[in-house]
Amino acid sequence: MPTVSVARELLHTMLGRVYTQEEFDELCFVIGIELDDVTTEKAIIRKEKHLQENEADEDEEVIYKIEVPANRYDLLCPEGICRQLRIFLRVEKMPTYRLSRLPDSSILKMIVKPETAVIRPFVVCAILRGITFDQARYASFIDLQDRLHQNICRKRTLVAIGTHDLDTLQGPFTYEALPPSEIKFIPLKQAQEFTAKELMEFYKSDLKLKKFLHIIEDSPVFPVIYDSNRTVLSLPPIINGAHSAISLNTKNVLIECTATDLTKAKIVLNTMVAMFSGYCDEKFEVEPVDVVDPVGRVTRCPDLSLRTMDVDLSYIKKSIGVPLQAGEIVDLLSKMQLTSKEIDGDKIQVFIPPTRSDILHPCDVMEDVAVAYGFNNIPKTRPKTSTEGRQQPLNEFSDLLRLELAMAGFSEVLNWVLVSKKENFTLLNRKDDEKIAAIVSNPRSSDFEVLRTSLLPGILKVMEHSKDVPRPVKVFEISDVVLLDPSKDVGAANSRHLAALYCSTTSGFEIIHGLLDRIMNVLNVPVDGYTVEPSNEPELFKGRQAKIFYKGSCVGSFGIIHPQVLKNFDIPDPCSYVEMEIERFL
Amino acid sequence: MRDADGAERALLAFLESNAEISNSEAFARDLGVDHELLAGTIKSLHGFGFIEAKDVRRESWELTEEGLVYSRNGSPEVQVFDAVPAGGISREDLQRKLDDSVFSIGFRKAMSNKWLETKPLVSRKVLKVEDVVKQQLLDIKDGKNLSAADIDALKKRKLIVPKVWKAYSITKGANYAPTRTKAATEVTREMLLKETWSEVAFKPYNFQALGQPTEGGHLHPLLKVRTKFRQIFLEMGFEEMPTNNFVESSFWNFDALFQPQQHPARDSHDTFFLKSPCKTQTFPEDYLERVKTIHEQGGFGSIGYMYDWKREEAEKNVLRTHTTAVSSRMLYKLAQDGFVPKRYFSIDRVFRNEAVDRTHLAEFHQIEGLICDKGLTLGDLIGVLNDFFSRLGMKKLRFKPAYNPYTEPSMEIFSYHEQLNKWVEVGNSGMFRPEMLLPMGLPDDVSVIAWGLSLERPTMILYGIDNIRDLFGHKVDLKLIKSNPICRLGM
Repeated sequence: MPTVSVARELLHTMLGRVYTQEEFDELCFVIGIELDDVTTEKAIIRKEKHLQENEADEDEEVIYKIEVPANRYDLLCPEGICRQLRIFLRVEKMPTYRLSRLPDSSILKMIVKPETAVIRPFVVCAILRGITFDQARYASFIDLQDRLHQNICRKRTLVAIGTHDLDTLQGPFTYEALPPSEIKFIPLKQAQEFTAKELMEFYKSDLKLKKFLHIIEDSPVFPVIYDSNRTVLSLPPIINGAHSAISLNTKNVLIECTATDLTKAKIVLNTMVAMFSGYCDEKFEVEPVDVVDPVGRVTRCPDLSLRTMDVDLSYIKKSIGVPLQAGEIVDLLSKMQLTSKEIDGDKIQVFIPPTRSDILHPCDVMEDVAVAYGFNNIPKTRPKTSTEGRQQPLNEFSDLLRLELAMAGFSEVLNWVLVSKKENFTLLNRKDDEKIAAIVSNPRSSDFEVLRTSLLPGILKVMEHSKDVPRPVKVFEISDVVLLDPSKDVGAANSRHLAALYCSTTSGFEIIHGLLDRIMNVLNVPVDGYTVEPSNEPELFKGRQAKIFYKGSCVGSFGIIHPQVLKNFDIPDPCSYVEMEIERFL
Repeated sequence: MRDADGAERALLAFLESNAEISNSEAFARDLGVDHELLAGTIKSLHGFGFIEAKDVRRESWELTEEGLVYSRNGSPEVQVFDAVPAGGISREDLQRKLDDSVFSIGFRKAMSNKWLETKPLVSRKVLKVEDVVKQQLLDIKDGKNLSAADIDALKKRKLIVPKVWKAYSITKGANYAPTRTKAATEVTREMLLKETWSEVAFKPYNFQALGQPTEGGHLHPLLKVRTKFRQIFLEMGFEEMPTNNFVESSFWNFDALFQPQQHPARDSHDTFFLKSPCKTQTFPEDYLERVKTIHEQGGFGSIGYMYDWKREEAEKNVLRTHTTAVSSRMLYKLAQDGFVPKRYFSIDRVFRNEAVDRTHLAEFHQIEGLICDKGLTLGDLIGVLNDFFSRLGMKKLRFKPAYNPYTEPSMEIFSYHEQLNKWVEVGNSGMFRPEMLLPMGLPDDVSVIAWGLSLERPTMILYGIDNIRDLFGHKVDLKLIKSNPICRLGM
């Protein structure tokens, strides 16, 4: 979940009273955000620089770090958190976001060229006119873009935001896609001109920007936005031009969002303007921009209209389990930024503001009613569902065998399914024939390369780490291995295995053989119901190993672990081992 | 040489006519037995009160390897002196006659003793020398005392090292007798047969010591807790789901759960994708089509996510990131077979491609419970969670709104921890979204309430384990498995 820093002082001012930390914590809990950490600006800097944690100065501004739900993009800045809390506490009414009324002719245009279709086809824009920044607002404006880029924009792959000082530019604007060598401009924070091609090279060493280069790197054309004087506004999704950079003194801001996903571009733009239009001379008013697509269709954006959704009152009441009246529901929803009214047919009509893109279905409205009502005020009931308890036969069977093995003097271990290729093959004197093992494509380290095909590597690793445990050591494991299986829809299947190992100063082959007999005994397989035949498995010692046959097929093997394998796992003492599949005894 | 019994008889006999043995080591020497052997006898006799033994620590000296050589061959200075012929010898020739170390030490020493001179041939300055060092070394070997100055000189030359001797001084004990009859420790079959049990003296039992450790095997702590959770679910009428399929398609793991394809959980930073088998190709096609539609355009009252849903993404195989992948298969099957109310549970492995640390591993066990029925409410979910967690001893719960792509409402479950004196998160819960259930073909008045938690976390809290690797995986301490108490969650 994303975390947003909010100054405690600002919160108290906005909420109209001082909250103790406990009180604020409680408020967060009820509404579904979380006070994650309490710190100060200087403490954060100290931490970043790995400095010694000194006594904090008394006058340091206290910062609350607040975790917000991943689908509430409007809560990704202090403005949005304060607005939601104020509305929830009924300190503020839900604002109405609106477009300024302008004659069509004075609305700025963004003209989209057809070439953009191959690399980043969508752009939406809006203008915040007469905005007043101060240090805190300006920082928040930048932070919100970062957070949106990190979250809904999926690290700028889906959407990238550019913000510009409109007074330095001359519309109409064009959104184009050009060969990198033909794009030339001074990028933000630089003094000299670069071609886009040079920039890609230049930013390879830039810690922040290098991770975005891949989005357009391989394309023959790069997306770029120009004004009518051919000034470059931005090279999305990498960098803006220096010319139109915004500052604390900027009064009129042009916001452009280029995207591969139009729905998300609209959400991002709406979030930006809804949060910061509150600082405009005309509060909550946004100046529109007409986006002209390659076939000449004009779309006015942003779309700040209220979405309507009709929701059955009975659905809300039945889902929550509380007999609420229509009026109560309307009232509760108003705390969650949703205005609504009762309409005919036992329904309410809900008006969803542009900030609440998370509302997809009436169940989302129902949840908001429940949150505003308070989850912890809902009376407990018991489902009337009448059912019988039942175990999976394989699990019940495994549990019975686990008890038998423990009673036979073996202690249970529990190992990971993921192992390295080396552990699963090479160290066991085996080769990967690519016919049995499922392989991970993106392991974080070699420890997680392959799904174990036997329980042996895990058990040998246990022994490697149990050198100082008094001998004899007797361990077992009953768990699943994974084997490729073309008959399954996913191409692989689990198989439940039983494995046991004896380790002492002598190999104890007969002890393991005896355990096998005992297992067969408790499985009710008579002595002549299974056979053991000498085998030649590479992980076992020659002459002291055998395969186990049951009803004509091999179900496993047992033997002394091969000395080379012991050496590979750095195990100083001889071991005997049995492993078998158990599902066919079920 | 006497054996232990002989030594014991001699020792007790000696005490019969003597008040004390002041030094067991000297006594052993006189007796001609090894002191170690005698010490065993002394401890045993002391234990039964036949004698009273007190520790005597004595420091003595022992020859180093070098000292031992000199005690045989003579000190190097004397060896050098002896090697110089009456007519003198060149230094080089002298050196050639002797060991390097003998020459270098001996020559220097003989010169400083003024036994030799160089003019320039090396020649004797005195007629005869006495090998005092050799004699001193032999004396030490025999346990004789030397003057402090001599000891110091030998010590400096690293020819001797101190050796601590532990010996005993011995007097008669409370139960002294000139011979001992061994006290019994066990009641034997023979005693019962011969009815001698009332006459035999029994050794007092040391109740301070631990008894003999038991033999036998042990169950794994984590799985003991799993057993408890299984019991709770079974007692509450839940049916276990078949979760023995670690490899799952993205379709069942994500798409079927209405988790959009750009969701961060589907990132390679969070999920293990498979190279082999890399994809799933068979799906229930009509259902897949409905899932695609609900993602792209919505339906069943939802506006959907409005993006281009790609089959290739759904085909990608993953290691399941939650057992809810199994729940989605089970609910789909339920819809196909004809709906009946169900309570399902599972406890099995899930996989996350996250950084591992003291509390996170790449795999862990997820506990999941769900109820599927008509007319279930959020109040029912709160009620069933209270029932479930109170069986674990968590009687005080509260719920926080949360976000999860496939449940709405979503509630984080907090329990009041009496020891920590605060609320701690113990699980997640919610009602499955209609966008997940309705494309499966379940009737539209069917709701599913569900919750999940990890098995590892409550186990770590229960057993006071703060590093997950101590519990799960090959670095487990086998002693921990042996000494682990029974799981009494909620008892």
